[in-house]
Amino acid sequence: MKKIADFSEEHAKYIKRFKKENALVTVLRFALLALLLGLWELFANLGVIDPFIASSPSRVATTVRRLFVEDNFLYHIGITLYETILGFLIAVAAGYVLALALWWSERLRRVLEPYIVVLNSLPKIALGPIIIVWFGSGVKAIVFMAVIIGVIVALITMLNGFLATDKNKILLLKSFGASKFQILKKLVVPGSLPTFISMLKISVGMAWIGSIMGEYLVSRAGLGYLIVYGGQVFKLDLVMASTVVLCALATLMYVLVAFLEKKIIKYKN
Amino acid sequence: MEKLLELKKVSLTYQTLENEIRAIEDLSFYCNKGDFLSIIGPSGCGKTTVLSLIAGLLPPTSGEILINGKKDYEKNDLGYMLQKDQLFPWRTIEKNVYLPLEIKKSLTKRNKDFADSLLDKYGLKEFKKNYPDQLSGGMRQRAALIRTLVSNPKLLLLDEPFSALDYQTRLSVCDDVYKIIKQEEKTALLVTHDISEAIAMSDIIIVLKSRPAKVKCVFVPKIFGESPLKKRESKDFGVWFEKIWKELDK
Repeated sequence: MKKIADFSEEHAKYIKRFKKENALVTVLRFALLALLLGLWELFANLGVIDPFIASSPSRVATTVRRLFVEDNFLYHIGITLYETILGFLIAVAAGYVLALALWWSERLRRVLEPYIVVLNSLPKIALGPIIIVWFGSGVKAIVFMAVIIGVIVALITMLNGFLATDKNKILLLKSFGASKFQILKKLVVPGSLPTFISMLKISVGMAWIGSIMGEYLVSRAGLGYLIVYGGQVFKLDLVMASTVVLCALATLMYVLVAFLEKKIIKYKN
Repeated sequence: MEKLLELKKVSLTYQTLENEIRAIEDLSFYCNKGDFLSIIGPSGCGKTTVLSLIAGLLPPTSGEILINGKKDYEKNDLGYMLQKDQLFPWRTIEKNVYLPLEIKKSLTKRNKDFADSLLDKYGLKEFKKNYPDQLSGGMRQRAALIRTLVSNPKLLLLDEPFSALDYQTRLSVCDDVYKIIKQEEKTALLVTHDISEAIAMSDIIIVLKSRPAKVKCVFVPKIFGESPLKKRESKDFGVWFEKIWKELDK
């Protein structure tokens, strides 16, 4: 790679323009956020919107602070994080292993295909009552909800990734005398790494849907519980504050996966 | 002359739901040690299938395929080079070249040294730790050839290995691959639909008739020139081109 100094002035200008554009986009992003928050606060103070129903940024900030100091907010966050991460890990692992099995055996794939289609289309929340009866109303039921929501998507994404393996590369390995297991280990698994990363990204979202939905249904603790409880007793400050924290956590988890992607995928495809 | 490869009345029929397709019928030809043999024919005539049969990826319905007179030859005796380089983008050039050794569980110090010596000899020394996307098309093709050579095969099977390259690169890579194959004293079987490529590279050209594939005729072009590029410059080149072209067109 040549250093930038080796290029012409035109190139330096191009780079400068590019960086300027990037900086502008970042500034505008924050400006938009500030504008929205500002209007929200302003309208709430002026009485254009009822702060009792719509809350306001300052009330949300106060509530978040109060929740951390007076109430056991960390406990609720911890519960939700635990359910989400556990549900995420189980769904990803189970989805991956099932996809491997279905890649391995075409017969199994054909037999299970209609079941997967049905399970994929079924709105999993419909299973709520069954889950409550089977698992009670606790962490177990919520993790189970997160798992069934995540596992099908993880399975389908991964299986498509495995099946998209280049036929000619399989042929090449066969010409070396490779066994099916060697094809899996040397080609299918490493070749589907980009799919694995996108599957992780999708699964982060699915795990949050599962855990929050589970908490709506059954829980006595967690962010989803606080949101439902806040709604029922008309404490909109509590609802908004919990939602904001939820946003932050979900973003953080996504950023972690994106960071992982940069760490493991070093080549361009 | 020693016959390295011999096909005796090889036939292949495959089944589909609607039909039974006779892809190859009574195909017989042989190839001497050190020869460069090309198979040309219209597209879809089963040229690639012939290579799959020789490579042992498909069993023939009837007939025999012999290498050094033996029916059960080892995969080690063959090196298969496919369309495009098929280098794995997540492996460095060095790791790509070691791949056949890994599969054959023969990644010994000696074999590794041999692979390294080939990389050094053919100008890929500095690129060992690079990923394929950092190399030019020509260099990637050379890496693919070296990957084929590491297990020291007796016979190279080349399935239109240059078809994905642009014309300019194609001419030089063709030259490059030819020189390496001759230098390593390998026997090669090239499948192509490009008449000039076949004339420039081979000692013997077999023209196939399609559906079912059968030998239509055999040409032995005697063109002076030590490399494919030099041969292309010869005035006999056009004569041979015309002859084969007419035969294919019939």
